[in-house]
Amino acid sequence: MEDTTTRPDQGVSAARRAGIGVGLAVGCSGVAFGAAAVTAGLDVVQACVLSLFAFTGASQFALAGAVAGGGDLVAGTAGALLLGARNTLYGLRLAGPLGVRGLRRLGVALGVIDETTAVAMAQLDNGREARPGADGAEPDEAANRRARAGFFTTFLTLYVAWNVSTLIGAVGTAQMADPAVLGLDAVGPACFLALLWPRLRSGGATRLRLVAVAGAAIALLTTPLLPPGIPVLLASVAALPALLAPREATR
Amino acid sequence: MSATWWAVIATCVGCYLLKLAGLAVPRRVLDRPGLRRFAELAPVALLSALIAVQMFASGQELRFDTARTLGLAAAVVALLLRAPFLLVLAITAAVTALARLAGL
Repeated sequence: MEDTTTRPDQGVSAARRAGIGVGLAVGCSGVAFGAAAVTAGLDVVQACVLSLFAFTGASQFALAGAVAGGGDLVAGTAGALLLGARNTLYGLRLAGPLGVRGLRRLGVALGVIDETTAVAMAQLDNGREARPGADGAEPDEAANRRARAGFFTTFLTLYVAWNVSTLIGAVGTAQMADPAVLGLDAVGPACFLALLWPRLRSGGATRLRLVAVAGAAIALLTTPLLPPGIPVLLASVAALPALLAPREATR
Repeated sequence: MSATWWAVIATCVGCYLLKLAGLAVPRRVLDRPGLRRFAELAPVALLSALIAVQMFASGQELRFDTARTLGLAAAVVALLLRAPFLLVLAITAAVTALARLAGL
């Protein structure tokens, strides 16, 4: 992940390595979902259908939680969708670099989640940044190629790992070790931090660090007040000044 | 069909459509400089928020988990020492697991 600017091929393999790492590390948590789902009262098929077609962990856990609480399933579904809404914002970022059009978008869309975005974005921001707001500027094709490699590798690895481990967790609920015992609950946040790291550490990234800190603060401060899902979504407000500020101010 | 099945199907379809919506926004809209900068920055805010929430929230409750925090602190040290990505993850999991084993 370091030094991807030297040769394009190295950049692409580094992106693939990161994708496989994230996919396997996070994919293991499917065991936790499978176990949680069945414990909550979903059957094995329902747990697997969620992993195959919803394929966005937070939403899946939220629905399982609602079923477990014996609560309102409509509210539970709404909560799951709120958690899934941030994927829409990821799509805005990924649409250009992925360069998919027409029907291909239907397949690619399934993979637009936290992990694939984090890996793809690390590639985009690792090398030369696209010129800020330069209308009609040439897109940085090398960076886009790395981003695509990162996205698809993460998508594929995570999809397989997540679904296999969901099945294992759902079938073997009682026997499975608690992922927390293995420290896996800290691996997700560590993944995202490691992927954001090079960008946040780079010179002149004051504004980015500000957005990151503001995003985290907004989410934590609103957590006790709002239903799960909304605080993270609300964190995107930290990026809103970019929408309004005059172009030069964003450099 | 049971109510649970309907909830499962609605979640699958809804989550998928939300993903598709971002990709389906027309190119000319995305090319507007303001929206483009927002789209570039929003994932940074969202992923930072996600780190914070996964670390320190449980449902609507703020919760400090010592073992997990030590794990992330170890990740920061590893990143400062320029450890490779997978090593960072391995160190995080190991430190968190050991801290839990030690009863923290």
